[in-house]
Amino acid sequence: MTNSIAEVKKPILSIKDLSIAYDKHYAVKNVSVEIKKNTVTAIMGPSGCGKSTLLRALNRMHELYENITTEGEALLNGQNIYDISPIKLRRHMGMVFQRPNPFPTMSIYDNVIAGYKLNGIRTKKKERDEIVERSLRDVALWDEVKDSLYKKGTFLSGGQQQRLCIARALAFSPEVILMDEPTSALDPIATSKVEDLLVKLKENYTIVLVTHNMSQAARISDYSLFMYLGELVEYGKTKNMFTNPIDPRTEEYLTGKFG
Amino acid sequence: MEAIQALKNQDHSGRRQLKDKLFFYGIIVLSLVTISPIILIISKLVVEGYRQISLDFLIQTTPDTFEAMTAVSNGEKIPGGIANGIVGTLLMVVLASAMAIPIGILTGIFLYENQGKFMANLTRNISDILQGIPSIVLGLISYLWVVKHVTSGFSALAGSVSLAIMMLPMIVRSTEETLKMIPQTLKEAALALGVPYHKVILRVLVPTGFSGLLTGILLGISRILGETAPLLLTALGSSVISLDITKPTSAIPLLIWEFYNDPNMVDLIWSSSLLLMAIVLILNIVSKQIAAKRK
Ligand SMILES: Nc1ncnc2c1ncn2[C@@H]1O[C@H](COP(=O)(O)OP(=O)(O)O)[C@@H](O)[C@H]1O
Ligand SMILES: [Mg+2]
Repeated sequence: MTNSIAEVKKPILSIKDLSIAYDKHYAVKNVSVEIKKNTVTAIMGPSGCGKSTLLRALNRMHELYENITTEGEALLNGQNIYDISPIKLRRHMGMVFQRPNPFPTMSIYDNVIAGYKLNGIRTKKKERDEIVERSLRDVALWDEVKDSLYKKGTFLSGGQQQRLCIARALAFSPEVILMDEPTSALDPIATSKVEDLLVKLKENYTIVLVTHNMSQAARISDYSLFMYLGELVEYGKTKNMFTNPIDPRTEEYLTGKFG
Repeated sequence: MEAIQALKNQDHSGRRQLKDKLFFYGIIVLSLVTISPIILIISKLVVEGYRQISLDFLIQTTPDTFEAMTAVSNGEKIPGGIANGIVGTLLMVVLASAMAIPIGILTGIFLYENQGKFMANLTRNISDILQGIPSIVLGLISYLWVVKHVTSGFSALAGSVSLAIMMLPMIVRSTEETLKMIPQTLKEAALALGVPYHKVILRVLVPTGFSGLLTGILLGISRILGETAPLLLTALGSSVISLDITKPTSAIPLLIWEFYNDPNMVDLIWSSSLLLMAIVLILNIVSKQIAAKRK
């Protein structure tokens, strides 16, 4: 874990001794890590190692499950996220899911602005138009859909739908965007579009990306976490981890011995 | 290899073809048996009832038995119509829906939200039992509750209460089933936008399942449209158009029952049944269409 210390970028998220259990079965064990601002951080590891659980703990979506226990803390800009209401927290931490999930009853426009509409946040029409255009431009979807903004979002292709979902998360200008294997349901071309997008988005946002695709992590992430059986095995600059892993388990995973 | 060849050469084809044929004709016969009642019913209603159907039939109230007798003995069309029944049915269906739909949808949401919990299971079972209670018993209950204690007499309100109890379990069920079919990911998408839970249900799940809820409501309405027994004990019937929910009112099925008991009004039985049947059929087709569109 030494190779991260030299880095001076300030952390936006500090996770301290975070443990999460379902029914006393620990899925995340004592994870401590600092996520730096304006970076892409990849969470890697074999399936079932607790990647999604850790990610969902960051915007408290894991609380949807019953019998969950959470120990430790996570600070967003120095404030413990368990002291903020989940509703407020989630407006600062956008989330993108494995499968594109636009609201089927809503138009493309309404999907982008859904966070405002569903929360009953009043905005002027001009302001909404601006938010929609900016968010769709951010995900490079504006030119493709600007003439069909009032069509249902579900008419788009899978890749376009996923970018629409990213736009929906961006509409609130969140500080952090959490993504759980956002390209695993997409074809290679759509995947590479989303990857390009993430690299661009980190100029303005901080991205935490769960992926079980190692080459994806290598291509687009600045930092990587490697998890195994709920533990954080290794954390550091992606370049260093891929060329010179410290822990033997990381090396085994990266060389394809398990996963 | 040889064994397979031998099997192939065995000639069962004659017997098999016969079996296939028997099966095929059997199915045709059975389907005919199933659809013939509905064809017979509809043709009977149309043949016997169409003569009475006219604008007057829809906007006039029921004739008295003397008027009807005169018309019948002169070989004329019976004057008047069933507007008092149409208005009464509409009034009671609207009232019953106003009671059953909100309660039913809220209960359905409660069941969906509390899968596997004791109170939810209990509520679901009670709702299922309610569905099995004979409608005449619901009429009796509403008689005891509403006719005796609320409106102090037969009333549209009492009729609506019995119909609402009848509709309620259907709406509860369809709401729960509809919500269960909505993918979890949609709920998560809304929650991840910081939308409070109750708004997720009301603004995302309910609109997404809207056509399913509507189907349940339409089927519920078509179920209560033809109910007669509970209305005999509650709404009683009336020969005038009344919008006062504390007063007795007529309904199309009540009129059919009255016409049945009056030898001079026989012709009106068929036309009234035709109208009722047409409404129920249209509601059923519409709800099937909505359900099919969702797929
Ligand atoms: N809702 C849940 N209830 C109980 N156990 C769960 C639940 N979700 C995940 N788990 C368990 O927690 C562990 C980590 O799961 P998860 O975070 O989904 O892993 P990953 O995303 O790395 O595949 C697994 O052992 C899984 O079985
Ligand atoms: Mg996962």
